[in-house]
Amino acid sequence: MPLQVDVTFTLNGRATRVSVPVGASALTVLRERLDLAGAKLACGEGECGACTVIVDGQSLNACLMPAVDLEGRDVLTVEGLWTAAGVDPVQDAFIEHGAVQCGFCTPGMIMQIRYLLNRNPDMSEDEIRRGLEGNVCRCTGYKKIIDAVIAAGRTATA
Amino acid sequence: MTLPQLQRPPAISEYAAPHSLAEALDALADGGATCVAGGTDLWVQKDEPGRAVGKRLVNIMRVPELKGIEVKSGRIRLGALITMTQVLEHAELAKKAPVLRIAADKFASVQIRNAATVGGNIANASPAADFVIPLLCLDAEVALASLKKGKVATRTVPINDIFTGPGKTVIAPEELITGVEFAAPGKGFHAGFAKTGPRPALEIALVSLGFAAYVDKRGLRGVRLALGAVAPTPLRARKTEAVLEGKTIDDGLIESAVDALDKEIAPIDDHRGSAWYRRRLARAYLTQELQNAAAG
Repeated sequence: MPLQVDVTFTLNGRATRVSVPVGASALTVLRERLDLAGAKLACGEGECGACTVIVDGQSLNACLMPAVDLEGRDVLTVEGLWTAAGVDPVQDAFIEHGAVQCGFCTPGMIMQIRYLLNRNPDMSEDEIRRGLEGNVCRCTGYKKIIDAVIAAGRTATA
Repeated sequence: MTLPQLQRPPAISEYAAPHSLAEALDALADGGATCVAGGTDLWVQKDEPGRAVGKRLVNIMRVPELKGIEVKSGRIRLGALITMTQVLEHAELAKKAPVLRIAADKFASVQIRNAATVGGNIANASPAADFVIPLLCLDAEVALASLKKGKVATRTVPINDIFTGPGKTVIAPEELITGVEFAAPGKGFHAGFAKTGPRPALEIALVSLGFAAYVDKRGLRGVRLALGAVAPTPLRARKTEAVLEGKTIDDGLIESAVDALDKEIAPIDDHRGSAWYRRRLARAYLTQELQNAAAG
């Protein structure tokens, strides 16, 4: 039995306490202990961004974050974007612009875009492309994703 | 026939999350610990044979002494936990040492820049470490701390003396990197950084090159040239520096310098690129950086 450590943190606005194996990633704990399967395990080494979550306001690859380091942090996953008011404008824009094909990259893509828009709702196309360098999509060719980001940014600034 | 068994790393049996430098050093004191901060290198490597994490994992993310960027009286200090994003966002640092910003900007992806630390890039000791190259150009010193007879003892090591081989350093198992320090560059200091891989983002450098000097018209003084991924460690190209030192940039000097550099580097063929290509890149980057310096 690997060594377990208890961590207490805020997950999508709710206080959460969970026991985690010391060698586990935050992604494993989110998916397998907390049943939040939005963040995806794809490459497992920080190359693809499918596991992107927002921790204390910073977007991170959850596959590279030690689960023990969740202690005391404020974590937002794609599941936390859906509130009583509806889905996030980024999610709306993805639906509107058909920015989803197989969907595997989508939760990580949406979280990275949410992070980018929080910092700058009025990005140029070049800034969007650079901001999404760490998120790989094998279906869409990115064009519709970028259209969706521009539209979601307009919603935020309107 | 039986296949050889992969050596599984031993299980981590202890965990510490210190809240002060003294506590952190105490957790490292028996030499059996592995530190983790951003995790961007360690969490990828930790299950590989031969890169095993020690019996105790020490999470240094909550050690306040390792945080902060200080710019005062001609010295600049970056705490070991400073992330690439923090380097990018620090306006005064970008003004005083823009080469750090250029290198941080070419570092991995946004998500990794939000996690990867200055100390981690040094401790991981990759021959291709992106942030080490500008630090070599700035003649940075690495501040190390350990516990000696229950007291915090510190020493500084020039960054050029830190690396001994791929993944290997002179840092003792009971020592912790607390930060890096360097003299703020003065007037006339020019520095550049170039890097390439098959794509712009998330790429382990095929070759990276940092060049710095005090440039007056085309005259060079205090030349520092550093390269990544052309030797077993990040390399300070002292012989090529000597060719350039005190000289005036012209086509003849550029030719002598790239020839000297070609003799000084020892790139390898691997799955990322050939030694031949790496040599071509090193020559091209040095030419480009010298032309940039001449252009002012």
